[in-house]
Amino acid sequence: MSCRRILVTTLAIAALLAGAAPAAAERLVASLTNHHVMITSNYTGVELVLFGSVERDAAGAARSGSYDIVATVIGPRESLRTRRKQRVLGIWVNTAARTFVDPPSYLAVLANRPLDAITSADNRRKLQLGIADTPLPEEINNDIGEVSNDPFRAALVRLMRERGLYSEEANAVTFLTPTLFRASISLPAQVPIGNYTVDVKLFADGNLIAHTDSAFEIVKVGFEQFVVDAARDHGLLYGLATALMALLTGWIASIAFRRD
Amino acid sequence: MQIYLPIADIPVNVFLVLAMGLAVGFISGMFGVGGGFLMTPLLIFIGVQPAVAVASVTTHVAASSFSGAIAYWRRRAIDVTLALTLLAGGIVGSAGGVALFTWLRALDQLDLMIGLSYVTLLSVVGVLMVGESARAIIRRRQGKPVELRRPGSHAWFHGLPLKLRFKRSKVYVSAIPVLAIGFIIGFLGAVMGVGGGFLLVPMLIYLMRVPTATVIGTSMVLTFLTMVSAMVLHAATNHLVDAVLALILMVGGVIGAQFGAHAGQRIRGEWLRLLLGLLVLAVGMRFAFQLVLRPDDLYSIRLIGGAP
Repeated sequence: MSCRRILVTTLAIAALLAGAAPAAAERLVASLTNHHVMITSNYTGVELVLFGSVERDAAGAARSGSYDIVATVIGPRESLRTRRKQRVLGIWVNTAARTFVDPPSYLAVLANRPLDAITSADNRRKLQLGIADTPLPEEINNDIGEVSNDPFRAALVRLMRERGLYSEEANAVTFLTPTLFRASISLPAQVPIGNYTVDVKLFADGNLIAHTDSAFEIVKVGFEQFVVDAARDHGLLYGLATALMALLTGWIASIAFRRD
Repeated sequence: MQIYLPIADIPVNVFLVLAMGLAVGFISGMFGVGGGFLMTPLLIFIGVQPAVAVASVTTHVAASSFSGAIAYWRRRAIDVTLALTLLAGGIVGSAGGVALFTWLRALDQLDLMIGLSYVTLLSVVGVLMVGESARAIIRRRQGKPVELRRPGSHAWFHGLPLKLRFKRSKVYVSAIPVLAIGFIIGFLGAVMGVGGGFLLVPMLIYLMRVPTATVIGTSMVLTFLTMVSAMVLHAATNHLVDAVLALILMVGGVIGAQFGAHAGQRIRGEWLRLLLGLLVLAVGMRFAFQLVLRPDDLYSIRLIGGAP
């Protein structure tokens, strides 16, 4: 191995270390209680627990302030239309609509204290931290972009919050010890199925010092999945089978209740 | 007990849905209507997307009208020729309705269209029925004969060609208005998720002068056949029929319908029509208020690409 190559490798490692985190003194480890959420016929929502710990070396141990954790859970992305009603000839009609291109269908931002107390506005924007700083691009005249102060965006966020699909909680992460934390992710009943990512960021003194990610999947299983597959892939057969079911039900009832 | 609906993508209480099926089934058996005009709004009210509600209710109406039709068949109160002629128009109408449904959904105007059709139809039909049955009740009170059958009063469409003899109903009319009525019923059924019995019964009685004795049974047969075709078309094109929801609804529906049919036989025809008219009118008013009053939230969201 030539001297030159060693030098290049060393430089590369140094660059990596410098780029990865301002101070690579801490390592973040996190895991979920469950990586597969099964939707069965009695599914009414579920709660997942995220566990994690901050592993620090000598340099980290010297840190004076406490740690902050922000975990962002993002569900599968699906395009949405937000529509606004207006009164036309006395009745309320959808008159205006915006298409949002692939916004998260589920977004939960969990932290141990308010985001503005954890890091600066500048950092939040740069790291896309929190619902307000999550980009939700819209279709504008065949183009895709962000619209600032958009009432449609505000309505989308509000409606998603009402359905429990978007949330930002400043007290969802609890530190059990100064380095061990847990957070619960609540998935409502009407949660979309698909792949979810969990991004965990560690802050100290307002700076991002480590991050890690995890993922889980929400799947329909058994009978539920069978019905969905059948309805989507074999629409006609599914329709005929349902018709047969209707006939049978009607016929059985007329036999069972025959009184003459 | 909660159960997760695979197509509607929401959990619902089984007993609540079963009770809704029973209640609507009772009414449908009593009046000889499918009950879709009550069931669809109820489902929307408990949180099912309007599109899934319309598509799934067709199944429920098919089952309850089938069990009703069997009961009427045993009493020989069905005019098969009339039902089949209506059906020919009905199938074409269903296909047109499903196409319009798909198109309106893409334009964000499906909910409005469902609302508007409910208001218009239910108000008009409701007012007509209440008016007519009230007059009949007053006539009976005054001791006059109730059934005012005027053999000489022929509307223009009675003179159309292609005359058919509908033996069991004892009428001899052109097939063209019968086909047209079938088309309208099939079309509305697919767009509104209603069997159209509440429209068909008065149309057959007042326009075609079919005697009440065969109207209800025949209407049940037609309702059943158009609903099955609308449901299969919805399943094949929009993939929105929730079989689990449909099953719960229809189990409640068919049981309710049996009790309703027995209750209906103990009430006089004109009172039955008055009650049905009032019910139809009430549902129409409910939709009218919803359209006219300022909604709680001016904004709404819809997934693009439809339900999974």
